[in-house]
Amino acid sequence: MILSGWGRTTAQDCRVSRPRSEAELAARVAEGGLIARGAGRAYGDAAQSAANTVDMGGFRRMIAFDEATGQLVAEAGVTLDEVIATFLPRGWFPAVTPGTRFVTLGGAVAADVHGKNHHRDGSFGATVDWIDLMGPDGRVRRVVPGEALFGWTVGGMGLTGVILRVALRLKAVETGYIRQRTLPAPHLAAAMATFEANADATYSVAWIDCLARGPSLGRSLVLLGEHATLAELPQDARARPFHPPAPKRRLVPFEAPGFLLNGLTVRAFNEVYWRAGLAGLGERLVGWAPYFYPLDAVEGWNRIYGRRGFVQFQCALPLAVAAGALEALLREISAAGQGSFLAVLKRFGPQAGAFSFPMEGYTLALDFPLHAGTAALLDRLDRIVVTAGGRFYLAKDARMSRAVFEAAEPRAAAFRGFRAAEGLAGAFGSTQSERLGL
Amino acid sequence: MTKGAVLILGGRSDIGLATAHALAGAGHPVWLAARNAAGLEPERTDLALRHGVEVSLHEFDVLDTAAMPGFLDALPGLPAVVVSVVGLLGDQAKDEHDPAAAICVMRTNYEGPATILGLIAERMEARGSGAIVGVSSVAGLRGRATNYIYGSAKAGFTAYLSGLRNRLAIRGVHVVTVLPGFVDTRMTAGMDLPKKLTAAPKEVGAAVRRALEGQRDVVYVKPVWRLVMAVIRAIPERVFKKLRL
Repeated sequence: MILSGWGRTTAQDCRVSRPRSEAELAARVAEGGLIARGAGRAYGDAAQSAANTVDMGGFRRMIAFDEATGQLVAEAGVTLDEVIATFLPRGWFPAVTPGTRFVTLGGAVAADVHGKNHHRDGSFGATVDWIDLMGPDGRVRRVVPGEALFGWTVGGMGLTGVILRVALRLKAVETGYIRQRTLPAPHLAAAMATFEANADATYSVAWIDCLARGPSLGRSLVLLGEHATLAELPQDARARPFHPPAPKRRLVPFEAPGFLLNGLTVRAFNEVYWRAGLAGLGERLVGWAPYFYPLDAVEGWNRIYGRRGFVQFQCALPLAVAAGALEALLREISAAGQGSFLAVLKRFGPQAGAFSFPMEGYTLALDFPLHAGTAALLDRLDRIVVTAGGRFYLAKDARMSRAVFEAAEPRAAAFRGFRAAEGLAGAFGSTQSERLGL
Repeated sequence: MTKGAVLILGGRSDIGLATAHALAGAGHPVWLAARNAAGLEPERTDLALRHGVEVSLHEFDVLDTAAMPGFLDALPGLPAVVVSVVGLLGDQAKDEHDPAAAICVMRTNYEGPATILGLIAERMEARGSGAIVGVSSVAGLRGRATNYIYGSAKAGFTAYLSGLRNRLAIRGVHVVTVLPGFVDTRMTAGMDLPKKLTAAPKEVGAAVRRALEGQRDVVYVKPVWRLVMAVIRAIPERVFKKLRL
């Protein structure tokens, strides 16, 4: 079966199975070289194994919910979309959510995804009470925070075992609305200053115009958000506080031809977005879906980049050198004139975990349609990140070289050592882990 | 207002569970009936947790026709809706040389479901209300060399549902025939199915819900199958018998 990541650049013929029980799964584990695949939302080849890909669609039951603590126990194939559909009407929301709700809990743990509240609440792993993990011997262990195996599993890209069940804490909310405040930042320094000045905001993220140059380099709209209380809703919304009017679900029905996407159209899009943002400054109430998941409203949005697909680039940069490194990255990108529709800048807070992506500092995320100049540009960006002591997000990586990975990940040797010592190296592996030599 | 309970016969199957989710999502309590029903406890918990409805498990064997009246008597009551998703594909190439296996396919797809739905129909007719949904198959619309044992049983079931509908239409009981084409389930795992013609179990569940809400009689899960089967049925037998379908 041909699998590829969400970026559609890593097509590969994989043997895929869909076990229905722990016994069936254990038989797959015994074959070795296994990687579990959830919703297929990693952008590259993280959830592909030519020999032994396991589709976790056979494990998608919810098991228990504690109304007192908000703890949900569910199988790894359950998606955040299902969690929200089930529990938001009862006043609960994921405590950490990435920019799409169509990810599975297993995938969210494996990639240790982060959200707009990372600076305050940390990554997805920080909301997890325990994980049931199937090891190389087919046995299931319950791992808890503090254990080495837990630390390597959160952010370990599925390379420590098969995540079977997750206990995670949801957060109590009074409504399904967010109070969003939009602050303009005419250049990079202003954007960073805005983040630092709003460290107490629950959610913060910036859309950054990566094609702006000169004195406007890094101009951004910084979006802050707070969960709205019931009292903050207009009278007519209070009867159904958890059901903001749903945005229409749109579909990208065809693959956009490559010529539609070039410096000009992207520049025009960014210009329009910036102006629209300026027009919408100040505070307004936004439904949870458009606030957290703007792209989820466009089903199959990844097809907008056409048949060749696209690559994501997301790096984390240490706080001390973030300003200089971000400026260098933006200079390269704007000079190349091929930025993405939406580039995102975000302040990261402190981060636990042995192999998680975030680090205290800043993260920059963008996507590039795949064409001739892209590879060279990405190589230049890689070098800037490595020099700054930054690292890359494996959930988005589809093309990093082993050399770049080694340079950016001093933690890789320890992970390799742990995998060898625990007998995990032969049992679990993905196309990505082979490429990176993990 | 609480909605009436839905009895699902074949509650372990992918289509049965998908239908359970679709109808529990609409607020119906669900009674899952299957063999080894106790093994469905994780599904029961999942359904109840997600949809906030009562879900119960009931032991049911579609081949044990003698036990059927007792099975119905032991239920919490007469359901508002019954959905039969019971089915067995069998292995045509093997079964055509093995009468015992062929009989099992025939009984599972026709005799069993028709018998239990017939018994429920009696009770619903007496009550003067209810809905009966039979999940049959487009395979019953024309016998083909590659699956005529299964197809013939489904043909019988489809005809039975049609007759039942005809009989009960004036008695306040609504009968729905659901005709899925290929469905991506455990039953078809490993088969190379054409993507455009293959439905997800979820789509079958949604089709059942729509059929009930819209008072439909015969529904194709994927509309393209209506066309495909019209073509297949239009081929003269003289030609058809030489085709490899």
